[in-house]
Amino acid sequence: MSTPLKQVHLAAGFPGVNNTTVWSEPAAGSQIAFDSFRHVAQTAERGKFDFFFLAEGLRLREQGGKIYDLDIVGRPDTFTVLAALAAVTERIGLAGTINSTFNEPYELARQFASLDWLSDGRAAWNVVTSWDAFTGENFRRGGYLPQDQRYARAKAFLQTAGELWDSWRGDEILADKASGQFLATPTPGAFAHADAQFDIRGQFNVPRSPQGRPVVLQAGESDEGREFAASSADVIFSQYSQYDEARAFYTDVKNRLARYGRSRDDLLILPATGFVLGDTDAEAAELAREVRLAQVSPATTIKFLEQLWNTDLSDHDPDGPLPAFDPVVSDVDGLIARGNAGARRFAKDRIGLANQWRAKAAAENLTSRELIIEVTARNIFVGSPATVADQIDRFVQQDASDGFIIGAHVVPAGLDPFVDKVIPLLQERGVYRTEYAGTTLRDHLGLTPLAAPATHTSTRISA
Amino acid sequence: MSDSSDLLRLAVALDGVGWHPAAWREPDARPLDLFTPKYWVEQVQQAERGLLDFVTIEDALRLQSDDPLQPDERADRVRGRLDATLIAARVAPVTSHIGLVPTATVNHTEPFHLSKAIATIDYASTGRAGVRVQLDARADTNAHFGRREIPPLRREDYANIQAGIETPELQQWLRDAFDEAADYVEVLRRLWDSWEDDAEIRDVATGRFIDRDKLHYIEFQGRWFSVKGPSITPRPPQGQPIVTALGHATVPYQLIARSTDVGFVTPHDAVQAAAIVSEIRAEQRAAARADETVHVFGDIVVFLDDSREAAVARKQRLDERAGAEYGSDALIFTGTPAELADLLLDWQAAGLSGFRLRPAAVPHDLAQITDGLVPELQRRGAFRTAYEATTLRGLLGLPHPANRYATTAAAA
Repeated sequence: MSTPLKQVHLAAGFPGVNNTTVWSEPAAGSQIAFDSFRHVAQTAERGKFDFFFLAEGLRLREQGGKIYDLDIVGRPDTFTVLAALAAVTERIGLAGTINSTFNEPYELARQFASLDWLSDGRAAWNVVTSWDAFTGENFRRGGYLPQDQRYARAKAFLQTAGELWDSWRGDEILADKASGQFLATPTPGAFAHADAQFDIRGQFNVPRSPQGRPVVLQAGESDEGREFAASSADVIFSQYSQYDEARAFYTDVKNRLARYGRSRDDLLILPATGFVLGDTDAEAAELAREVRLAQVSPATTIKFLEQLWNTDLSDHDPDGPLPAFDPVVSDVDGLIARGNAGARRFAKDRIGLANQWRAKAAAENLTSRELIIEVTARNIFVGSPATVADQIDRFVQQDASDGFIIGAHVVPAGLDPFVDKVIPLLQERGVYRTEYAGTTLRDHLGLTPLAAPATHTSTRISA
Repeated sequence: MSDSSDLLRLAVALDGVGWHPAAWREPDARPLDLFTPKYWVEQVQQAERGLLDFVTIEDALRLQSDDPLQPDERADRVRGRLDATLIAARVAPVTSHIGLVPTATVNHTEPFHLSKAIATIDYASTGRAGVRVQLDARADTNAHFGRREIPPLRREDYANIQAGIETPELQQWLRDAFDEAADYVEVLRRLWDSWEDDAEIRDVATGRFIDRDKLHYIEFQGRWFSVKGPSITPRPPQGQPIVTALGHATVPYQLIARSTDVGFVTPHDAVQAAAIVSEIRAEQRAAARADETVHVFGDIVVFLDDSREAAVARKQRLDERAGAEYGSDALIFTGTPAELADLLLDWQAAGLSGFRLRPAAVPHDLAQITDGLVPELQRRGAFRTAYEATTLRGLLGLPHPANRYATTAAAA
């Protein structure tokens, strides 16, 4: 092959509040002590990852009206933990998921601009839009947003934040001690924005940060979401990790870029995934089975069933067959699981999905727990280091992704064997960096530096 | 050697390259470094070498302005700043003993976000976080958010405050603003307590990660906002990080008395210091907090040199460069570290437990504090010679606080 090899891009998701992080192992450490975050970020930096990634959840999840207690519970504030990590890392990008519903553009824009300064150009924002009144109960303005306004809000928010980041060109500060002129213009950061979502004006108070603005991540699942990402994201944090659907998604989104005047390299697509390594493929498969048993305990089985059946199943036998009756269909207020994004995927067609599950369980003679282990499994890489490196490389070279956001299943040392064993193999193949070439996250992602916005219209003072 | 509770406590207020508007033009000033992490790490590490209790970091949700009510469009002053909470977080892992107290504007931000942000700094610093709550009543700040019609402070209101005239309307305005601030602090504190210290059980036998009976909905419902809880962040190492506020009059003193651990006040002599302390103590009794420690710190702007003449001359030179005599809400001190030590001990005898010094010019006055004032106070047996605690509460002599929600569980 004469075409140059594509380079694999990797990011490390902190194993946090979800049903895949296993806390019952002896090796499992704190989910909240700063040392755990330091460990994962430094391990990822040792592995020359593009960025460290934090998810977000602004209300503790509930099921059946009670706080969900079977998974890890508790997480830090995103901005401050990333700013603290900037002190103990040097190159790795620092990506935070921040909700556009429970924040305001002026405050969020200055937090990201500050993070970008404090990390010397390593900040990234995963833009999400929540809409539920449940989470809104923690916030002074509430949070309910009708479905059809979610993207409108997210688009307007991103647009407004972009205007704030561009309100300083980067050449305003002279700090000329002799003349006494600190600023080149008396009105730096001037902005005015008015639309249906935001009506704000004034002066932004953080000078243009090293990257100009944070790298922007989005999920881009629905058609509208894909279009939004194609128009304005730098990275898609994709949920498609199964090869065929990943490749279809990749092709679809990359083909949308041209209509926004963007090249195929201007948007990276990184599916979320995990891994289980063994000395041999057989050993890895056995370990992966044990991990699944730990992830789906008998108690967790019941909780998953409740999320689909949408009713109390606390008396159900997890080692028996699936419930014989049909799920309870309800509107959002009647959901048994709240604040749980994963549980929402069951809401589309409860009865159809229950019929599918029952058919599968009957055909394969599965208990409730065995069935749940199968149907809630993610596509992760399982095998020897050589097998996993081969699969990752194949995915990328064959245009199913540009790399992955990898989450280990144990905090904080779960990522270590991946960095120690898989990364060297990718480096040997010539598809993965051996040193960081640049200093900013945009550099790591291969994104061109952003140009400063056009000259101010405001009057410049002559020196 | 005095008992540590008799020792004077010392904080420094970091703001740009110092509090004087012409400080950035001093030969040793580094105004171009203000937006780098290195600058802030170095300032705080220097304060830590001086064994100070904590640093505060100024902030606002708008550009700096000499005009108290609107942007001033001045190009000859330092303008632009980084988020103080994130500066504190950035500094936390590379310091080990000093407290970190960023400023936060409470009438535009979400108490839920700030509570977990300060808790997270507390984790990253293993117990050294605090916050200074601040109100911003300006119309220009309101316009940056566009969400709330907070009646902004008008010019005539401001003139009345300056003249000490409190009209009934102004009184009501102040009460509303500070009641909201008190509600905000109440939410911060409830959220910090919303997880009991032993809520995380990791009980493999039952599969439960937490004992959810030890997590608590805070159910705060007030006039300005309601917050459900619990926090998404477990109770921070200190239990309750330190809450501070600056006040100049009765209504803010009430906030200090009912809501904070440290109040910053601006007496201009020992008599005023004693009067303010006694007013705050009375408000503490009225708020049923008489048995709780509320430190009252005096704020002082300092120009420190080897002779009083040199300090006066330096201030004069800076004033000339700024084009106006520097004015401040706080006393402006010009003199030697030894003279400042005399004043601090005099005011301490009047009832203050510590001081928040505002260096007029950095690095000069910060170095004078850590390398001049601190050794002087140590010689007099009035200041620590080594850090005696690893948490900010410890440095301030505050115990690990009981959790307000723990009693019911303990009784059960």
